[in-house]
Amino acid sequence: MNREENNFPTHPLTRFITDNENCWQLNQYQSLGGYDGLKQALTVSGPAVLDEIKESNLRGRGGAGFPTGLKWSFVPQGDDAPHPKYMIVNADEMEPGAFKDRMLLEKTPHQIIEGLIIGGYTLDADIGYIFIRGDYYTAIKHIEIALKECYDNNLLGKNILGSGFNFEIHIHTSAGRYICGEETALINSLEGKRANPRAKPPFPQVAGLWGKPTIVNNVETYCNLPHIINFGSAWFKSLGRFKDSGTKIFGVSGKVKMPGLWELPMGTPIGEIIQNYAGGMCDGYKLKGYLPGGGSTDFLLEKHFDTPMDYDEIGKQRSRMGTGTIIILDDKYCPVAMVLNLVKFFAQESCGWCTPCRDGLPWAAVLLEKIEQGKGELADIQQLEDLCKFAAPGNTFCALAPGAVEPLQSALNFFREDFEQHIEQQSCPYCDIKHAEDKYDK
Amino acid sequence: MTLQNEIPTNEQVELSDVEKAQIDKLLRETPHTSGASIDALKIIQNHRGWVSDASLLSLSVYIDLPLSDLDSVATFYNLIFRQPVGKVVLHPCDGISCDLMGGAKIRKCLSDQLEINNGQTTKDNQFTLISLPCLGACDKAPVMIAHETLFELIQEDNLPVIINGLKEATAK
Repeated sequence: MNREENNFPTHPLTRFITDNENCWQLNQYQSLGGYDGLKQALTVSGPAVLDEIKESNLRGRGGAGFPTGLKWSFVPQGDDAPHPKYMIVNADEMEPGAFKDRMLLEKTPHQIIEGLIIGGYTLDADIGYIFIRGDYYTAIKHIEIALKECYDNNLLGKNILGSGFNFEIHIHTSAGRYICGEETALINSLEGKRANPRAKPPFPQVAGLWGKPTIVNNVETYCNLPHIINFGSAWFKSLGRFKDSGTKIFGVSGKVKMPGLWELPMGTPIGEIIQNYAGGMCDGYKLKGYLPGGGSTDFLLEKHFDTPMDYDEIGKQRSRMGTGTIIILDDKYCPVAMVLNLVKFFAQESCGWCTPCRDGLPWAAVLLEKIEQGKGELADIQQLEDLCKFAAPGNTFCALAPGAVEPLQSALNFFREDFEQHIEQQSCPYCDIKHAEDKYDK
Repeated sequence: MTLQNEIPTNEQVELSDVEKAQIDKLLRETPHTSGASIDALKIIQNHRGWVSDASLLSLSVYIDLPLSDLDSVATFYNLIFRQPVGKVVLHPCDGISCDLMGGAKIRKCLSDQLEINNGQTTKDNQFTLISLPCLGACDKAPVMIAHETLFELIQEDNLPVIINGLKEATAK
């Protein structure tokens, strides 16, 4: 690819976010080089763009970290490929503790749209969807206006920028269910059905929305594309500090001095994010543990601070990078209460399709509630461990249940003494912070 | 959430011209009718506040989709209400990041001040309380969404101000 710019950005994903409160609008976005990636892409062939994406080693930012180029290469190409082909942005952010996509949607809607159009051009797709969480009102408003700006400026519609490429984008606001973030459930939801996951194969790349080839990727994944095309895969690879390419929006929430989001190189060590960027723990609080990538990842401890935020490296520590948004458990919050909150969430959001999830998660919630209320027995811990095994990967249609038990299984491992103490003293040792949810929920 | 009715209703309501026009637009944009079902339910809810049995049946007749299909969708999603709700629906976040920052206490306070539990509506029909999972503003926890507005860094003390502000905003 041609690289005319000498100015290689170090923070591509947030380079368009300025102090100007209108930085999300088209004129601002274009004045900083927005849509240059698309223009660049339109000068070469779709397969050439795909090669560049493959070469960049971009991995899906929704949580699973699947190589984007590889995923896309399964879409049928050529004159006899089925049409319409669909490209979908998964903007249904609902993972507990994840708040990166909201920022990107609100502040850089055009970056997402540009990525989506490039994706459409690459795979010769016809229709794009932005599947956005219904509660994200500001984001929805910004995306709607941004789409209109694109149609008005020939960035969408027929013969985009004179290239002969036609592409349209629709927005779908979700009616609200966590499971819609699972790509085949999302497709069912777009078809107006209950969001149950589909059995794979066939994979959506071959038979997805309305049976046609369909790509579903996370908001942040699409945001990377304009920059990869603009500045090249070699530059993109050079951004990472460890093995994975590019940058990522990392976040920290919980009792830290400066909770927030930062764009940092892939491979930034966990401890650096928590200590340097989030400012360390609030005064009077100590770190007990943390979920490195949102509510469906295994707990890690302070001893894992040197681990780089790289998909495979976090995997080696038996957790997952997930969404890259870290949730901090402090020493004054009950770990059983934390896991109970998460398991209740996953139990409520289970679509009910398979037994380990539909029946196993509510059962785990009942057992955890019992322990938290000081009525637990030691046998409950064994039962919880069994439920974790039943919900392991391979026993369910999708990744909801396996993800749901990740914080539970790791809490049973790292904070076992807390569980046992609850049972031995028949009350919550953290009772001074104990919440009064029972009354609230009837 | 379903109605407590034991006998299914055969009543229909007349869909308004505006509703019909919005639904027609959806039908033009989707290759199959079912693709419009969720958005059509949302249109009904936008105009009527909730989706009653009667309006569900009317929609089913209008877009020619089985009633059972529509109801299975309507009862699946969190943001489609099959019971009447108050003028303002308060959605405090019950995600873990909010709870780590005292979210449970805020929800309890809201519930006490409005004298309703989660899922209930105040007697004056002004507020319904439905907590939602993580609202994606974890660095500003605890948070709440109401009247399409996100309230951040909520403290017990500013709840009365928020509630009064919402009353005024919807009184107009």
